[in-house]
Amino acid sequence: MKLDRTSFLTITGVLGLALVLAVLNQVTAVGSALHVPTYVLALTGKYLCFAMLALAVDLVWGFAGILSLGHAAFFALGGYAMGMYLMRQIGTRGVYGNPNLPDFMVFLGWKELPWYWYGFEWFGFAMLMAILVPAVLAGVFGWLAFRSRVTGVYLSIITQALTYALLLAFFRNDMGFGGNNGMTDFKDILGFNVQADSTRSALLVVSALLLCGQFLLARFVVDSRFGKILIAVRDTESRTRFLGYRPESYKLVVWVLSAVMAGIGGALYVPQVGIINPSEFAPGNSIEAVIWVAVGGRGTLVGAILGAILVNFGKTWFTGALPEVWLYALGAMFIFVTLFLPRGVMGLFRARTAKEPEPEPPTVAAAHEVTG
Amino acid sequence: MSDADTLLYLDGVTVTFDGFRALNALSLVLNEGEMRAVIGPNGAGKTTMMDVITGKTRPDTGKVVFSTGTDLTKLDEPAIASLGIGRKFQKPTVFEPHTVWDNLLLALAGDRSPRFSMFARETAEEKRRIESILETTRLTDQRYRRSADLSHGQKQWLEIGMLLAQEPQLLLVDEPVAGMTDAETEQTAELLREINKTRSVVVVEHDMAFVRALGVKVTVLHEGSVLSEGSIDFVSDDPKVIEVYLGR
Repeated sequence: MKLDRTSFLTITGVLGLALVLAVLNQVTAVGSALHVPTYVLALTGKYLCFAMLALAVDLVWGFAGILSLGHAAFFALGGYAMGMYLMRQIGTRGVYGNPNLPDFMVFLGWKELPWYWYGFEWFGFAMLMAILVPAVLAGVFGWLAFRSRVTGVYLSIITQALTYALLLAFFRNDMGFGGNNGMTDFKDILGFNVQADSTRSALLVVSALLLCGQFLLARFVVDSRFGKILIAVRDTESRTRFLGYRPESYKLVVWVLSAVMAGIGGALYVPQVGIINPSEFAPGNSIEAVIWVAVGGRGTLVGAILGAILVNFGKTWFTGALPEVWLYALGAMFIFVTLFLPRGVMGLFRARTAKEPEPEPPTVAAAHEVTG
Repeated sequence: MSDADTLLYLDGVTVTFDGFRALNALSLVLNEGEMRAVIGPNGAGKTTMMDVITGKTRPDTGKVVFSTGTDLTKLDEPAIASLGIGRKFQKPTVFEPHTVWDNLLLALAGDRSPRFSMFARETAEEKRRIESILETTRLTDQRYRRSADLSHGQKQWLEIGMLLAQEPQLLLVDEPVAGMTDAETEQTAELLREINKTRSVVVVEHDMAFVRALGVKVTVLHEGSVLSEGSIDFVSDDPKVIEVYLGR
């Protein structure tokens, strides 16, 4: 696989940013001008997890034309898998000191761990679930939807309904996932204190590595012949059928892959923000993820990462400085991008580099000759 | 029909849309290696006939038998395409963001599974086949252009090229010369005759000059059934045809 300059810059940028912040946090003393406070690590790590979600959205929306308004559901499911592992690590350090049951279960008067919590004390198992649960849900959902040729707005609406249904389900206490409050007060991850600076630094670097890995995988997929067929399906689905392709299989593969990418993002998100609750399933979250991609530039992959980081940086800044203005600013930004930057921030770069000569300039003389 | 060289056989095919009979007990026989022109006024059922053959529309009644006895009414579009029936749409439908080369690459007969396509690399054999199709369709000089940037006529040829790449036994071509210049029309007739040397072709067309230039057997459709069949001169002189179509 050949890497173009933009992809190379993206990977160096993401890894470089994470490494510099982590190293500065670790080697410089608190109070030094170069010191990076720990909250910045957590914040950056959060942005990188959101970037994974954005990448996942761009893969299905930008390349397969599936506008998912429920992708945060896969992100949240991955997050819950990690949350369950972290809850099991608390052990007797909970408020009730119960070695087997998380606090909220003791509070509800439960005596035994529900069967679906089995195995989550093992990190490997929990991470497998962070991948498998979104994959299976996406697989079943996609198989039904794509086989029935549900497309466009209708598909978007049912993805929205999917995440909303999960939101309602996870709100219920008797689901056994902590209800309204979700899961929090985490202590350890793999034996390391979740709150420690060193753990934060490591989580940030791991997030950066996984984001780059996902980016390379997505690049490989869209550059392959599979990716070309996907674009063909996006633009002229019926034509691909008459060529003998089954668009539903192609959509299903990319849809499941995208759900897994979002799930991994969610799993890394939880230890860095310290909480997972049903609000992660809120339809608004999925719509925001679509806005990140639109702002960065749909169908560019790099744009998704850039958009997620830029918009969330803006959100952090706005909600600190002018909290009441944020939603208006987000709305205004979306309208501005839709009207003036249809190809997002990446479109600006494209326009500037478009002057470079094309590999094979159109030959006017030859065209005349052929068309007579 | 028991003829060994029958390629396509439609028997009593009826399609109704909300009470409107788009096809009314349509029967048609196409032989191996034949080229057939299908004409008829708007609403005669030409496109519906194509839809039925390619699996887009299921007939209410009737049989559609292909080659050695496969019933097409039981199959969907990708399955029928894989059997060897290619279709060209009236409006040129190519993959616009892709280059001419990539359009042909995606159309080439071969494994259609996602798993294969994920790891597929262009082989020398594929390159050779694409080169040869580019030559047949006179698109060699345009191969690295985005197909969105091609002229209307070039897009039509690219789509015919994609059909050839599929290596079908039967090509269904819907109004290939609509919107073409006279010179392009002439070249397209030549191209179709060239293709017909190795494959069977059904051409749906309005342009009588073009049908005449093809010089093949003509089937006239009217209100969903066959009104007349024969050489272009024969059907042009048929009083029934003159009444509903040519004499308008």
